[in-house]
Amino acid sequence: MLKQYETVFIATPVLSDEQIKEAVVKYREFILSEGGEIVNEEDWGLRKLAYPIQKKTTGFYHLFEFKADSQFIAKLETQYRRDERIIRFLTFAMDKNSIAYSERRRNNKKEEKKEE
Amino acid sequence: MAVNNEIRYLNPPTVEVKKKKYCRFKKAHIKYVDYKDAEFLKRFLNEQGKILPRRLTGTSLKFQRKVAQAVKRARHLALLPYVTDLLK
Repeated sequence: MLKQYETVFIATPVLSDEQIKEAVVKYREFILSEGGEIVNEEDWGLRKLAYPIQKKTTGFYHLFEFKADSQFIAKLETQYRRDERIIRFLTFAMDKNSIAYSERRRNNKKEEKKEE
Repeated sequence: MAVNNEIRYLNPPTVEVKKKKYCRFKKAHIKYVDYKDAEFLKRFLNEQGKILPRRLTGTSLKFQRKVAQAVKRARHLALLPYVTDLLK
């Protein structure tokens, strides 16, 4: 049974844009290749960190919301740990309420886009 | 021993009007506290970035735990600082 997860990772700002895109694509392919299914994806881009991580004060944030089976998460996290571009990550199993919340969030985001 | 009624107060003791605290989550029917929007979580932190106790915010135990969990996740992702001097 595919459970729904949400993962956010921060990439070092030192990277150029292509490297960031390539990292994102690498993880997207990795999720899809393992039989996962991406529900939503958000790129918050370069943001200021609340406290310096590894002497850096800004980072590229990226969010994946995906459905996968539970063994896959351990693999994903070892990938994160091995990849030195990623300085921090957080994966989070979504329950009923958080799924409903993210749907609502996505809908009103679409409305905002339409209004703009 | 000074009997109670003999005690003269300099100024009348201001009885703090007991504002009925309510849990904003139950009232607003919010079910899930998102760790990603730091603005909302900031209301539950004091100036130093520490989590406010329930007796001040009046949230119920169930939602206080959810808020604490969300704040800790936000801190891990550097959306919220662990400690700072001027948060607001």
